[in-house]
Amino acid sequence: MAAPGDDDAGRMWPVKYLMLIYGNETVWNSLPPAEMAELISQVDAFNQGLRETGEFITAEGLVERPHAVRRGPDGPVVTDGPYLEAKEFVGSMFVVDVESEDRALEIAKAYPGIAFGGGLEVWPLMGHDG
Amino acid sequence: MTPVEDVLRTLAPRVLGALVRRHGDFARCEDAVQEALIAAAEKWAREGVPEHPLGWLTTVAARRYVDQVRGDAARERRELAALDASPRDALVAPPADAEPARDDLLELLFLCCHPALTAPSQLALTLRAVGGLTTPEIAAAFLVPEKTMGQRISRAKQTLRDAGARFELPTDTEHGPRLRVVLHVLYLVFNEGYSASAGPDLHRVDLTREALRLVRALHERLPASGETTGLLALMLLTEARGRARTGPDGVLIPLAEQDRSLWDRAAIAEATALLTHSLATLPLGPYQVQAAIAALHDEATSVETTDWPQVLALYDLLERLAPNPVVSLNRAVALGMVHGPEAGLAVVDDLDSGVLAGNHRLLAVRAHLLDQAGDRARAAALFQEAARLAGSRPEQRFLLARAAELFSPRM
Repeated sequence: MAAPGDDDAGRMWPVKYLMLIYGNETVWNSLPPAEMAELISQVDAFNQGLRETGEFITAEGLVERPHAVRRGPDGPVVTDGPYLEAKEFVGSMFVVDVESEDRALEIAKAYPGIAFGGGLEVWPLMGHDG
Repeated sequence: MTPVEDVLRTLAPRVLGALVRRHGDFARCEDAVQEALIAAAEKWAREGVPEHPLGWLTTVAARRYVDQVRGDAARERRELAALDASPRDALVAPPADAEPARDDLLELLFLCCHPALTAPSQLALTLRAVGGLTTPEIAAAFLVPEKTMGQRISRAKQTLRDAGARFELPTDTEHGPRLRVVLHVLYLVFNEGYSASAGPDLHRVDLTREALRLVRALHERLPASGETTGLLALMLLTEARGRARTGPDGVLIPLAEQDRSLWDRAAIAEATALLTHSLATLPLGPYQVQAAIAALHDEATSVETTDWPQVLALYDLLERLAPNPVVSLNRAVALGMVHGPEAGLAVVDDLDSGVLAGNHRLLAVRAHLLDQAGDRARAAALFQEAARLAGSRPEQRFLLARAAELFSPRM
């Protein structure tokens, strides 16, 4: 609660975090099949670890054929491709529920994809209670 | 809470305590009690509460425990041998309700708030094992999937086992630090509920009430603990303002604008009496000081008539007893009321180089002080910036409303 003068405590930080995993074609498509299999098995083990600690909320892979929807003169316009024309795209995502931001960053740093050339963004999710 | 839930949640720790005393295996006993509670909730809602509810629950939980152990025969051969050696009656014989059951609430609280567990695990396990809540109820209260919460609870029990945690009271030297953890966990449960009370979901368990119930029970067992008394008083004083705290659409109403006639005078009187007794006779600690600050707010008829010099003196004391940037931030507001906004702003500037750098609350306090100093334009911009970084929807709405007020010309 943010009312100045109020002495309510409440949480200082969000507890749920969205991890957006980035990569690009040169990162993921250039991996030899054996390394790809290795990455997949490491990610499975990573997710299983988060399940066991009771921090795992969800994880999804993104299919590489996005549509972008924008405002046009006669209403929304749908086009192929990601919204931002970035060299790196979001390949998958997962959500965790953790004790602190430090813990969220610790999990992010342990994500196996990083060692294979990918990267990720850590986004706090807004709570619905105040 | 329905009458059945009320009975179940009160009896849950007694059934669990009895079972753990008899069998020792906390993790499995806890599962058995949970199953018994679920069975009772269904049956009692249909048929009413039986004449001896404690005996009923203990018998059913003991049977579930035995079934579990028997079901795991292959893996647990040794334990099964020991079990088969004892007559079945000895395992499931219920204690008569008339006979005073041993009270294990303290042992259970210390176990569930064991320092080897993370805070989210301590909260979850305490609510289930001591509070008698079901996993789906706890999951809904914390807005996580049931599976996540179930996993968190079983991991917590595994961690307790690995840490060699024992079902007993801590030694004299450990008692103080361990009690501080228990109080902190109950404080977090309360805050979680207090934050959620603005939400529209009436089906969520009222964590505020659960925390109050558990602290009250703890206070009954430890009447000479000043900090337990202080925490109970703090919760009562905060909850007393609950009804005035949100508007019709769940909009947060700050202390300064609350309708104080809606505050619960009986709760305030109870808390004040507890606090007066504890401050006069028991060792001082941070919860008592926080309660004393809350009492000054609750006793004042308006923001203007609040005893701000006394509030500031208590924040000074609190900062010495339990240094913490959030306390310093709140102290800056009191400082602003006593010595003018510039004095408060100087403290906020110092805090901006620490862990609160860029925090939305720090921005909101700075905006509040700038507004008091007459700098409406900068205050408005800062409220907007704070809203952008706010961690929750109601907070964001509140901060945007403050910004909008300041952007519009003063009436």
